[in-house]
Amino acid sequence: MKALVAPAGFRSSATSRFSAPTVDAIMLEERAASFSTRSIKTSAKMAGLKMTVSMCDLTTLEGKDTPGKVAYLCRKALQPIEAKYAVPSCAAVCVYPNMVKYARKFLGDVSSVNIAAVATGFPSGQYPLRTKLEEVRRTVADGADEIDMVIDRCAFLAGDHAKVFDEIAATKEACGQAHLKVILETGELVTYDNVRLASEIAMLAGGDFIKTSTGKVSPAATMPVTLVMLEAIRDYFFATGIRIGMKPAGGIRTSKQALAYLVMVKETLGDDWLNPQMFRFGASTLVNDVLMQIAKQVDGNYQGSDYFSLP
Amino acid sequence: MKTKSKPVKLSPKRAVAATAHAVVPLKDRKLNFGNRWDFAPAPEDSKSYVIAPQHELFINGKFVAPSSGKYFPSINAATEQQLTTIAAANAEDVDLAVQAARKAYDKVWSKMPGRERGKYLYRIARIIQEKARELAVLETMDGGKTIRESRDVDLPLVAAHFFYYAGWADKLKYAFPGKAPQPLGVAGQIIPWNFPLLMAAWKIAPALACGNTVVLKPAETTSLTALRLAQIFQEAELPEGVVNIVTGAGDTGAALVNNPDINKLAFTGSTEVGKRIAQALAGTKKKLTLELGGKAANIVFEDAPIDQAIEGVINGIYFNQGHVCCAGSRLFVQEGIYSKVIKKLRDRIQTLRVGNPLDKNTDIGAINSRPQLEKIRELVQSGVHEGAELTQTQCTLPAKGYWFAPSFLTGVTHAHRVASEEIFGPVLSVMTFRTPEEAFERANNIPYGLSAGVWSDKGSKIFKMVNKLRAGVIWANTFNKFDPTSPFGGYKESGFGREGGLQGLAAYCRLG
Repeated sequence: MKALVAPAGFRSSATSRFSAPTVDAIMLEERAASFSTRSIKTSAKMAGLKMTVSMCDLTTLEGKDTPGKVAYLCRKALQPIEAKYAVPSCAAVCVYPNMVKYARKFLGDVSSVNIAAVATGFPSGQYPLRTKLEEVRRTVADGADEIDMVIDRCAFLAGDHAKVFDEIAATKEACGQAHLKVILETGELVTYDNVRLASEIAMLAGGDFIKTSTGKVSPAATMPVTLVMLEAIRDYFFATGIRIGMKPAGGIRTSKQALAYLVMVKETLGDDWLNPQMFRFGASTLVNDVLMQIAKQVDGNYQGSDYFSLP
Repeated sequence: MKTKSKPVKLSPKRAVAATAHAVVPLKDRKLNFGNRWDFAPAPEDSKSYVIAPQHELFINGKFVAPSSGKYFPSINAATEQQLTTIAAANAEDVDLAVQAARKAYDKVWSKMPGRERGKYLYRIARIIQEKARELAVLETMDGGKTIRESRDVDLPLVAAHFFYYAGWADKLKYAFPGKAPQPLGVAGQIIPWNFPLLMAAWKIAPALACGNTVVLKPAETTSLTALRLAQIFQEAELPEGVVNIVTGAGDTGAALVNNPDINKLAFTGSTEVGKRIAQALAGTKKKLTLELGGKAANIVFEDAPIDQAIEGVINGIYFNQGHVCCAGSRLFVQEGIYSKVIKKLRDRIQTLRVGNPLDKNTDIGAINSRPQLEKIRELVQSGVHEGAELTQTQCTLPAKGYWFAPSFLTGVTHAHRVASEEIFGPVLSVMTFRTPEEAFERANNIPYGLSAGVWSDKGSKIFKMVNKLRAGVIWANTFNKFDPTSPFGGYKESGFGREGGLQGLAAYCRLG
């Protein structure tokens, strides 16, 4: 049996030029939990719920996605509920590359709803760089406004941080005008220190947003992981003057959860991040739970799920 | 590889996104904690709990009027409105209470098997849990602390202490192997106003578990929940006289200290009063434990998890408005990260919400009393006068009530009063150090020694610091963690004796 050695060209973490502050789990988790104890009532609740809808990347990422399904999604994103509730449209729809051209057709050339496409060998990222870049270029050419790439966790966990950086930088270049969100897949990075380091690399390499998860790995977004990333964004802003956006994705299903995330953004990064340009939720089922709460606030009673259109 | 790509039109939203990523000049790199999304008021319901206009003494299982007929007002610190009036006990009342405790000790409590005493303590713990919301609201109205804290910290710990010591009541001989622990007799207990109910639980639960009976004197400004606890004792059918509660000011406390028939005195409060008590008890056979002031050092090293350390610093000094004897009131920052830490601290205190303690979103409540507020103001002024720089949150304070904005002082040296005197308010004194040796030397350079905090990612450094710091409780990479299983107490002028855990039992036993 051959000895286990690193492949040729492999750059180990011992020579990594990337470093990040350490993160301690105890106080991080305590702080993250404290946001959920805020009591969001009446006018604050209504404003928070509407803000949540406006920040949603309404998502469908399945092998069985079809033009028909994407049409449902686009229509839902444009008008989540009847006009009388005065709810804004969602920020974007999030689809696989092959669905982008249909989404562009349904939304038209100019739309209040952006098209985000997952790319770079989503969700595993275990593909050659040249096919990943080709995928990004074609997806942008098909009309994607935003690219949600995955980082190379293989390279990250094997210690080749430079490769992670280079891939993100190359993807950013391939994006052209499109906005780049970098998915760290925190459920596979596991430690908070890894999440923090991956966040630094993603921001330095040119990501416009950092995003927690693909939604295909459990756990997906959690409050403590998101807090680590918000803290990384904060330090990066002070160091460079660049505001990076944040997108927790996967596992956020209820209004109460969404409001707790917004409290966390408000109290960690402040007002400049409380908008769909700087903060997004990646979710598929969240929107209808939020709409149910909005309708309850307006009408005074809860309605069943049949009263809310499916995406 | 070549790709045919057609030009892509920018949607309006994307144009906005592109401009949002412009580089912000250095001077404008500030976080904006404004009102883009304001929280609506979320007050806890306080109307459903009726506070009687007059409160009596609790002696021998009954509420009785004070022999002097005198009552003093109890004020809501957040509104300055009178909540109720409280009986003022004189030496005669205190003596009645001690006699009742003596009788209960001789006739009932010391003779009762431990497992029976334990049942009463369990019952009390359960009733406290059932009435936790009411007790939390009363604690908040009486003392000014936030409902978030009384609900999430104080009350769960109060119940936990009764549960914990209930478990020991029938296992005392296992607590001290080879010994035969015996109760001391009547314990006089004097508690402070910062954690009224929690301090009552810390003192009453171990005393009863060991077979002692109690005369408790709550602080003058916060008697309400102790008297509500007396009702819970009645409901639990605790035998008459096992716990007696005498309310009043310093002279009531002095009468209890000087009563010849108490066997033990436990005091939590200021070092000044603690010294007077120690003098009064010198030469008597009364056992004494003192839990006094503190001026804890929170030491942040360059390799610390900084964002978490900031949370620990915030919790350490602003928890309960800084009315905490183990508050991390001195922050020592390693010089290399000083400016970064100060910047983060400045941002973080802006997000603290100061105001109505009954609002569920309030982080910082009211200062407990006017004299305490004046003391805080005086000390902070002295700090500024001596050359320290004051940073405060920009919040608007309510017009009525006693308030002090969360503050920190930089440029503090050991020669400043604010570096050595206990402020007992939401005011942090920030100092710097260069090496671990310097850190513990400076941290120990104070007459107190109650608690300390160390923030570092390096385990060996933490252990080195922990062995050098002279403080009763030291937290590493966290702060203000309390648990009934863990002993608590001080070095030097922070007192002697331990409360909580196994060590807390020893303070109420004679080990024959």
